[in-house]
Amino acid sequence: MTGAEVLLEALSREGVEVIFGHPGGAIMPVYDALYHRPDLRHVLVRHEQGAGHAAAAYARASGRVGVAMVTSGPGALNLVTALADAMMDSTPMVAITGQVPTTAVGTDAFQEADVTGVTMPVTKHNYLVSDVNEIPKVVKEAFYIASTGRPGPVLIDLPKDVQNAEFTGRFPDGVDLPGYKPTYRGHPRQIQRALKALEAAKRPLLIAGGGARHAAEAIRRFVQVTGIPTTTTLHGLGILSADDPHFLGMPGMHGTAAANLAIQQADMLIAIGIRFDDRVTGDVSRFAPNAQTVVHVNIDPAEIGKVVDSQIPVVGDARWVAERLAEGAKPLSLDPWWQQIREWLRAYPLRVPARASLRSPEVIRAVGEATGGEAIVVTGVGQHQMFAAQFYPVKHPASFLTSGGLGTMGFGLPAAIGAQIAHPERTVVLFDGDGSFQMTMQELATVVKYRLPIKMVILNNGYLGMVRQWQDLFYDDRYSEVYLADSNPDFVQLARAYGIEGTSVRSRDALSDAVARMFEVEGPFLAVFDVAPDEAVYPMIPAGGSAEDMILEAPEEVER
Amino acid sequence: MRHLVSVLVQDHPRVLTRITSMFARRGFNIESLAVGRTHIPSVSRISFVVYGDDRTIEQVEKQLNRLIEVLKVVDHEGPHLEREMALVKVHVAGVEERLELKEIAEAFRARIVDVARTALTFEVTGHPAKITRFIEEMAPYGILETMRTGAVAMDRGERVLRLKAKREAV
Repeated sequence: MTGAEVLLEALSREGVEVIFGHPGGAIMPVYDALYHRPDLRHVLVRHEQGAGHAAAAYARASGRVGVAMVTSGPGALNLVTALADAMMDSTPMVAITGQVPTTAVGTDAFQEADVTGVTMPVTKHNYLVSDVNEIPKVVKEAFYIASTGRPGPVLIDLPKDVQNAEFTGRFPDGVDLPGYKPTYRGHPRQIQRALKALEAAKRPLLIAGGGARHAAEAIRRFVQVTGIPTTTTLHGLGILSADDPHFLGMPGMHGTAAANLAIQQADMLIAIGIRFDDRVTGDVSRFAPNAQTVVHVNIDPAEIGKVVDSQIPVVGDARWVAERLAEGAKPLSLDPWWQQIREWLRAYPLRVPARASLRSPEVIRAVGEATGGEAIVVTGVGQHQMFAAQFYPVKHPASFLTSGGLGTMGFGLPAAIGAQIAHPERTVVLFDGDGSFQMTMQELATVVKYRLPIKMVILNNGYLGMVRQWQDLFYDDRYSEVYLADSNPDFVQLARAYGIEGTSVRSRDALSDAVARMFEVEGPFLAVFDVAPDEAVYPMIPAGGSAEDMILEAPEEVER
Repeated sequence: MRHLVSVLVQDHPRVLTRITSMFARRGFNIESLAVGRTHIPSVSRISFVVYGDDRTIEQVEKQLNRLIEVLKVVDHEGPHLEREMALVKVHVAGVEERLELKEIAEAFRARIVDVARTALTFEVTGHPAKITRFIEEMAPYGILETMRTGAVAMDRGERVLRLKAKREAV
């Protein structure tokens, strides 16, 4: 067997079924070997970044490790953003990159880049394989590291001569990583302390995040028994169903007033699988000022005490800990606390100001109704993303896929591809902005190639809306370089050029018909909704602010 | 606060880069760094001096522990030995100066390891503060070249930086 064949065999032994990739010179031996492996499905993208986001979304939607494979130099460098995105959002993936032959490494050879050097800060770990007999061991370790502990991307850089070399080694049975032993079981004493503190708390609040997606079942049980009010971060959406009466919505910069005020007033926080990102906390010194007890459950010890001090830290797997919490939970009497929260929910619902022109939230609500909250929702980055988080009623965990930590515009379309390939039977809806969509829209070809029935919703305001919103608020309306409408393509014509059906909606009257048609069509569909150019996302806590600084809605919109 | 931290690592290519790149990325302020092999095959030991408050030092340790090839991290908080070595080449003008320099060297237990017509090279070992003092004493004579190793550290007594799993097993 050659190194290339060994690599594919090793991937197969790890249970890999799909590889997202793009070939090129330095990875050709592997692609040649792939020709003889019909059991390994390859999804050909049109840009390497697309392979990365697709693999990441595949991973998040399926709970398995996503695999991306690209060539050396430019191919690998195009993957870097997707790796950084996966790192920030703790997504398990393995990237395989071709490299120039070992004899040429370091000589500025054609399509050479120091990929292990470049990706070191944006991967959980990476390898440069110089010995063909190491391939099975490296692959096994890579999958183990990517999928255990705090998940993350692992990169394997494979020089071309190593791919061609004859394998004389063995496939190992396990991994031996003396420096890597993640802790899964939270300390029982800490869990007991947390439960005890919870019994004494008058205003407890649960915050669950992306690290707790796989713990949804246990968390739902815990919430059911205790009756604890719950907020979930952007990546935690779906841990509780949006219609669960305990759910307060998302916290943070564009979170609901109820969630943020509850954080402000809570005397105890139970934080599971979150890292207190600045978009959640705002000014850390004014975050949860009344919380005497913060229980912080995280599998990564480095997250504990990094941003927010915790009196009861629990290093462990969110599911393992949540199961113990659910087992030990008792019903709490939180009537006064709930009364207060219900008041906030009543006083400050998410509002869609009445305007003549169509609003993004209306579109998202209509799609939410049409899908009953059952879809896998994928977003790009920007206003549409926040609107989707606020207004799409996510029912299931791991069904809201978005770029959180890195905020990568262009994440949407390739991620929707990965999600649809992970779940061919489910409805996948992409909410994207006109700016974000154009960053990776070449992947429309991938949608067509694999006949993926993705429902693409472009909320077209003709601007880089989130930047515009900040210019509005903090830069005296100086709209520097955010206008897109004069040069945006006709998205429906563009879709048609790829053979994808589409429709364009300019007014509220046409909304429900367009949404209905989108879901009637069997294949992919692209719907463009022209929304108000000056639309803004509220509530908003300005960066570095706290719940006290929350702007509930745009002043000019209140007047109208 | 000044902290002296020792790390056992797997002796893999780029392991030092992983550590220094993480320090740079996270804005940790490293004063010196020393690295060498140990008596255990394929295990290297790195020691470094870092400045920071308790939260920073905690993060330094935790972020080091996140690296797959890091086996063990210890902050030398108890009684410990700290040593640095330096080679210092000093200009010598005449016989009188040569004698003066020898006297200073004796006070610091520095050794003359190389002699030339207009230069003497000293080897001095000790706490980094002592090395700094020695260099300051030499300065008026005209220092031609210095090379310091960075501090190495070890706990005193029977405490041992053992090679064992850095975290609880699954």
